[in-house]
Amino acid sequence: MALDVLIVDDSAAIRKILQRVLRQSDLPVGAIVEAGDGVEALAALKQHKVGLILSDINMPNMDGLQLLSTVRADDTWKNVPILMITTEGSQNKVLEAVNLGASGYVRKPFTAEQIKEKLVGLV
Amino acid sequence: MEAIQHEKVAELIKRATSDVFGTMLGLEVSVADTKLSAESSNNGGGGLVALIGFAGPWVGTGSFSCSPSMACRVADALLGTEHAAVEEDVLDAIAEMTNMILGNVKTELEEIIGPMLLSVPTVIFGRNFSTRSSMRQNWTVVTFEHGGETIEVKVCLTSNVDQKEARPGFKMGYSLHV
Repeated sequence: MALDVLIVDDSAAIRKILQRVLRQSDLPVGAIVEAGDGVEALAALKQHKVGLILSDINMPNMDGLQLLSTVRADDTWKNVPILMITTEGSQNKVLEAVNLGASGYVRKPFTAEQIKEKLVGLV
Repeated sequence: MEAIQHEKVAELIKRATSDVFGTMLGLEVSVADTKLSAESSNNGGGGLVALIGFAGPWVGTGSFSCSPSMACRVADALLGTEHAAVEEDVLDAIAEMTNMILGNVKTELEEIIGPMLLSVPTVIFGRNFSTRSSMRQNWTVVTFEHGGETIEVKVCLTSNVDQKEARPGFKMGYSLHV
């Protein structure tokens, strides 16, 4: 069964890179939906039933940690795996993301292999 | 609060830039020059300049600059598609490179000076322009080489706590604290 994925990042470049990584992975990826911040992501979640979310942390309007918290508090989406992919590498941010329910954490810069390894463990 | 040494900032810039180029682009950059410069203006000729702001107990600016041809080369490697001229994808790629390089510098600096915030990067592209910062501090400037092209990454930081004015004309109360 195809896995629909939501990519949330304010950088169009990173969204393109992650699309490519997903398409080149062995995962049965279906539709890939993109959002530029947490607000757009929540709107997209209401339109699409996704099985995986890849999200940045530092974004305008609603950041990745607020998105994570909102998703985990909602019965419809609370079990969707969320992989945080971000430049934020401080221990505090990692712990905050884990405490809020992040399924995994990858720090930028990343290799395609690092993302693929994390995804295999999550899906 | 510990002062930040120019040599430490230069070391962090070198490490972050090499790491981001190597990991994300598969390109090797070599350090051509490291200096402390009072001159805050940027080239004056043209090309691409990306600027990003730091806020917190220390405030300042980071910048990444290169030629249009180097920017296209960066975008080609980052996005896996060819770019003959500077267009939206190239600007996005340079913005993200700036975010990753200076974001990693920020993360390392946070271990010394505490939490900081990073702004969204702004990319400027054109001919015959200059950029100028009103900060009075020196810039740590590191020049890298790749394939006959140069890339300049620089950072200017000043304490927001020890000084009465973080920026000329702005008292501490107007600056962001986290």
